[in-house]
Amino acid sequence: MKIRPRHVAAILLRQYYLMRGSPVRILPVVVWVAIDIILWGFISRYLNIIASSQFDFLAALLGAIIFWDFFNRVMYGVSTAFLEDVWSRNFLNLFTSPLSVLEYLIGLVLCSILTSIAGLLVMLILASLAFGLSFFSYGLTVIPFLTVLFLFGIALGIVAIAMVLRFGPPAEWLVWPIPALLSPFAAVFYPVAVLPRWMQYLARALPPSYVFESMRTLVSGGRPGHIDLLIATGLAVLYVIIACWFFAHVFKVVIREGHIARYSAETVS
Amino acid sequence: MPRNVLSVVNLTKYYGNILAVDHVCFDVGPNEIVGLLGPNGAGKTTIINMILGVLEPSEGTILIEGIDIAIDRCRALERTNFAAVYAPLPGNLTVYENLMFFGLLYNVKDLRDRIEQAISLFGLDRFRNTKCGVLSSGEQTRVGLAKALLNSPRLLLLDEPTASLDPANAREVRDRIRQFARRESMGLLWTSHNMAEVENVCDRVLFLSHGRILLEGNPRTLPGEYGMRNLEELFIAVAKEPLNPGGDDED
Repeated sequence: MKIRPRHVAAILLRQYYLMRGSPVRILPVVVWVAIDIILWGFISRYLNIIASSQFDFLAALLGAIIFWDFFNRVMYGVSTAFLEDVWSRNFLNLFTSPLSVLEYLIGLVLCSILTSIAGLLVMLILASLAFGLSFFSYGLTVIPFLTVLFLFGIALGIVAIAMVLRFGPPAEWLVWPIPALLSPFAAVFYPVAVLPRWMQYLARALPPSYVFESMRTLVSGGRPGHIDLLIATGLAVLYVIIACWFFAHVFKVVIREGHIARYSAETVS
Repeated sequence: MPRNVLSVVNLTKYYGNILAVDHVCFDVGPNEIVGLLGPNGAGKTTIINMILGVLEPSEGTILIEGIDIAIDRCRALERTNFAAVYAPLPGNLTVYENLMFFGLLYNVKDLRDRIEQAISLFGLDRFRNTKCGVLSSGEQTRVGLAKALLNSPRLLLLDEPTASLDPANAREVRDRIRQFARRESMGLLWTSHNMAEVENVCDRVLFLSHGRILLEGNPRTLPGEYGMRNLEELFIAVAKEPLNPGGDDED
């Protein structure tokens, strides 16, 4: 399928216009993540003081929060850029233009890359300046972690927007809790081994669980297993492919049933 | 003979068991303005949605300059544009930003120049940096029309384009669209409930009722052919045409 850069640029430009026109949109990109870092930074510092063990809560908890917030930002980056079209009732104008579904998805993903990287930089700088936690010291080792979380965030974001496309604007409320629903299985703050057996199976199907296990190994001075990271990457790529297929399928259904033409109505489901 | 900009062949749409559009066939030629008329629920907007590729027909073919929209959707839509009162441009972007955004989507060459022309054509200069959401409905309609003409489409679909304009503005907008369409040899499909407007603008009209085309002809001579005084009387007569539940061939 032919991808026209101008179409992708249009999606990015629209997002830029929205941010420029209403700086409030920058809040979720940088301010909320900054608040998370400050909150968890102090909690981790307090735990380091009261705990007698040699375990470094700051690196483990704050590191986990940085990664988890990055994953959240990626997912919300895709879904928020899409929801802008829902909120402004723009689907009819958008999908009667020569924009292809793939170009639209690429545009949304690029929006997400830009906003999530901005959020990540804010978190890394703040964690380093305020709490002395420097992920830069781990160097390139963290790149695979971020890549896996990025891919899985994209996959979940695409699934989320497919649900909104299929079930209409009220389905927006299904989007926001997705990361919270996954967090118990993602082993963000504890090892997978502490979960009951059935939860462990689910955790192993989620790429973030491998990332957080590996991250804990890394901050305690160990070497993350290559196999685990390979499995996580493979799963994340698989989920992206499934998510794109799912969106394309949903798009066909909404075209067949005429939901796009009547999208502003809340009766599409 | 020049190729039709739009060819609709056997177009049919079922919603479940309900037949909304019943084997409709028609063409729009270059430099031709065709009025699609009919009472509410006749199937006009359903037909427009299918031509625009946002609703899949149950049967039939739609060719835009010979390109089947079911096969090459993006290439067909590059030659098309539309404006409708129910599809305003995003209110959180300014007039200029909206035109820039849609101009990129429609691959408009010399986009900045084209935007200036469109802004000037519809008298939008003082609103260029105003967010569309705070414009009056008439001003929003003009912005929608500016977007619709931005790519000089071969096929332009206008669904009640002057519905929210006062009579003076409506006449001015009508004249500008008509001049622009003639200059660019566009084909236009125009729906309206304003019969005087249709008589004034359209070269040919299609009367639609219960998803079928009942009548077709010149809007200025068609009423006389059916013993009616004007298009409005003819419209009312067509609108009263009884529902044929079987949807059978009783044209």
